[in-house]
Amino acid sequence: MTQTPLLHLAGLTKAYPGVVANDDVSLTIAPGEVHALLGENGAGKSTLVKMIYGLVKPDAGTMEMNGAAFAPPEPRAARAAGVGMVFQHFSLFDALSVAENIALGMEDAPKMSALSRQIREVSETYGLPLSPDRVVGDLSAGERQRVEIIRCLLQEPKLLIMDEPTSVLTPQEVEILFKTLRKLSAEGTAILYISHKLEEIRSLCDAATILRLGKVVGHCTPSETSARDMAEMMVGSALKTPTRAGKTPGDVVLALEGLSAASPSAFGMPLRDITVEVRRGEVLGIGGVAGNGQDELLAALSGEMRTRPGSVRFQGRDVSLLGPNPRRAMGILSAPEERLGHAAVPDMSLTENALLTGAAREGLDRGGMLNWSAARKFAERIIETFDVRTPGPANAARSLSGGNLQKFVIGREVLQRPELLVVNQPTWGVDASAAAAIRQALLDLAENGTAIVVISQDLDELMEISDRFAALNEGRLSPPRPAQGLTVEEIGLMMGGAHGMEVAHV
Amino acid sequence: MDLSAINPVLFIAGFLVAATPLIFAAIGELVVEKSGTLNLGVEGMMITGAICGFAIAVETGSPLLGFVAAAVGGALLSLLFAFLTQITLANQVASGLALTLFGLGLSSLLGQSYVGIKPPRLGDINFGPLADIPVIGPILFTHDIILYLGFLLVAAVWAVLKFTRAGLVLRAVGESHDAAHALGYKVVRIRTLAIMFGGACAGVGGAYISLIRVPQWTEGMTAGVGWIALALVVFASWKPWRLLLGAYLFGGITQLQLNLQGAGVAIPVEYLAMSPYVITIVVLVILSRDKSAAPASLGRTFHAST
Repeated sequence: MTQTPLLHLAGLTKAYPGVVANDDVSLTIAPGEVHALLGENGAGKSTLVKMIYGLVKPDAGTMEMNGAAFAPPEPRAARAAGVGMVFQHFSLFDALSVAENIALGMEDAPKMSALSRQIREVSETYGLPLSPDRVVGDLSAGERQRVEIIRCLLQEPKLLIMDEPTSVLTPQEVEILFKTLRKLSAEGTAILYISHKLEEIRSLCDAATILRLGKVVGHCTPSETSARDMAEMMVGSALKTPTRAGKTPGDVVLALEGLSAASPSAFGMPLRDITVEVRRGEVLGIGGVAGNGQDELLAALSGEMRTRPGSVRFQGRDVSLLGPNPRRAMGILSAPEERLGHAAVPDMSLTENALLTGAAREGLDRGGMLNWSAARKFAERIIETFDVRTPGPANAARSLSGGNLQKFVIGREVLQRPELLVVNQPTWGVDASAAAAIRQALLDLAENGTAIVVISQDLDELMEISDRFAALNEGRLSPPRPAQGLTVEEIGLMMGGAHGMEVAHV
Repeated sequence: MDLSAINPVLFIAGFLVAATPLIFAAIGELVVEKSGTLNLGVEGMMITGAICGFAIAVETGSPLLGFVAAAVGGALLSLLFAFLTQITLANQVASGLALTLFGLGLSSLLGQSYVGIKPPRLGDINFGPLADIPVIGPILFTHDIILYLGFLLVAAVWAVLKFTRAGLVLRAVGESHDAAHALGYKVVRIRTLAIMFGGACAGVGGAYISLIRVPQWTEGMTAGVGWIALALVVFASWKPWRLLLGAYLFGGITQLQLNLQGAGVAIPVEYLAMSPYVITIVVLVILSRDKSAAPASLGRTFHAST
């Protein structure tokens, strides 16, 4: 290509105390190009796009836009120069309406009535149905993302940055998003696409730059490179795929019968008439878009939430009215999604956190007195077995990175030899090699006869480890089906199809 | 007892006066809380405003200059809170309580030589023939300018929050400071300005007590109005008009119990004295069932991580 690149980055470097987030990163994007930015957690992707968007100032290096120097001091300047960004988190205001949210992201927002009209026009042009008057707090994840995208599109950006846009969407919603992105790219808008979902990148992106530990480690053309090769470039070593031996499921361990329960939180989702069985040595994968009853289901299984007698049976015994501690003693262990504050106490040491769930089954207390040396040994065993990177068990849970704490939290339950293990988002925010280790641990556990319920939003993960798959949608659980041979289409329908897309088919 | 001694016209005119300090303090705090900051120092800023206003009015002979000084005094004290919570990221509850204690002490110190002095009086606005309308005239058109300003301030805050971009940005910062920061809004600056606005309003409210309602200087004379203002903001669900209603309710019952005391009702004075607090809170609790109205970031410390 001979045309001037839209954006050219040369030698960008940004260091934070103790860590170099970006080290001499160079990147070129042509107009209309869909460029993928790939890398593990902590590889420096977010820092790089924050520099382009003016949220962070580089320590060294230059940026050029259309051949002219480009150094936005703040997001306002970046937006004025034609850079739009769709954030992964934190950029919508729940209590405000769609139109108000969009006005906040614009330089010279027109009057609300004019803006509402513009929003309708853009949403029709790009097939993103959205009503400007609705309050954002009531929207589904896919609809929220549309708000962000339309906010960017109203500024007619030349470069659209998307940070992990598909992590919260159903497959159908992903398809709609991709259609929109292809249309934009055909119109000449360049897209910088951050993701670690490799298959998506292969189908969508023209070029890819791979970051590892802040450095560019490779470029490739995604459509011509296998997902495995890209993953290995990201990780820097050969990737181990979890393996399992064939096996036969045993007796029923967990039986849910007509489990219905109101959600304990005001914005939660009630569980509606869930009936399912899980057997010894079996992994039941539960998919679905976040907020469809995942947290409530975990709470009903762990004992945080009591339910109608008879609705939860464990090895034939009715445990519906038992609290978490008696259930733990019986062998029902769980690891909730929220690591800091739910699974672990942020300001307590790892030893203390190990004690909190391990006391009963590991015999870490006697007559109300704590056995500190045993607790420390237990914590050390978790750290060693699960390769948790920390100076020692005396460190606070908060000081661990998300992935390391996740390994600790999962490891803590796995090492207690559960009869039934319930995990929610076991590898959320964990890098590929650690995620593979966690999945392997779950599979090994199942191999030894534990019944496992894995709730996750990562469909690839569920397909990899589940024996049977079911989806939560609006608090209802679809009938489970054998995971092998399920197509993406079928899974999408089990998850309830595309949310709020009825308008599009008119 | 003799209830006929209560003149309804004077009673209503009186409760408008009684409600005004509360209106100022509460509408200021409403703006502060809409920006996502909880300033429990309202009482301290009020009493500081009361003595600043009183002293300057006495020294210059101009009550209006006194009100300006009260606003400046309240805003300066609130800057201390802004510094603690926005710059040093101190806990907002502890900082607010400290501000109240500091304000009470500071005002006693400043006010030592002003005890027992009468301040210059702020005249009523002359509405001409309007004031001669029976009943309505004496109720609505015989007040000083500050009282009307209080009413206008509520209307202005409502309109700014609802219709202007500045109001939208303020609400956005209070809803999610992380999102506002990501969009490039200056969270700390916006919050500091809101805190100063709240301080200035509380100061004017305090000066209204020392210059018009009472009018004299005694230590601790705000007597908990700042705390009522804080409660009022919450129970009014952060809505300006409901806040005005609550302030009038409180003012009305305060005035009523004073009149009842004067009329010699056979209820112990202590019960009458507590009645405005109890009734206002009960009514507003009933009104405030839509609990979702609280700014989502209220009281959370913002630290820009980038």
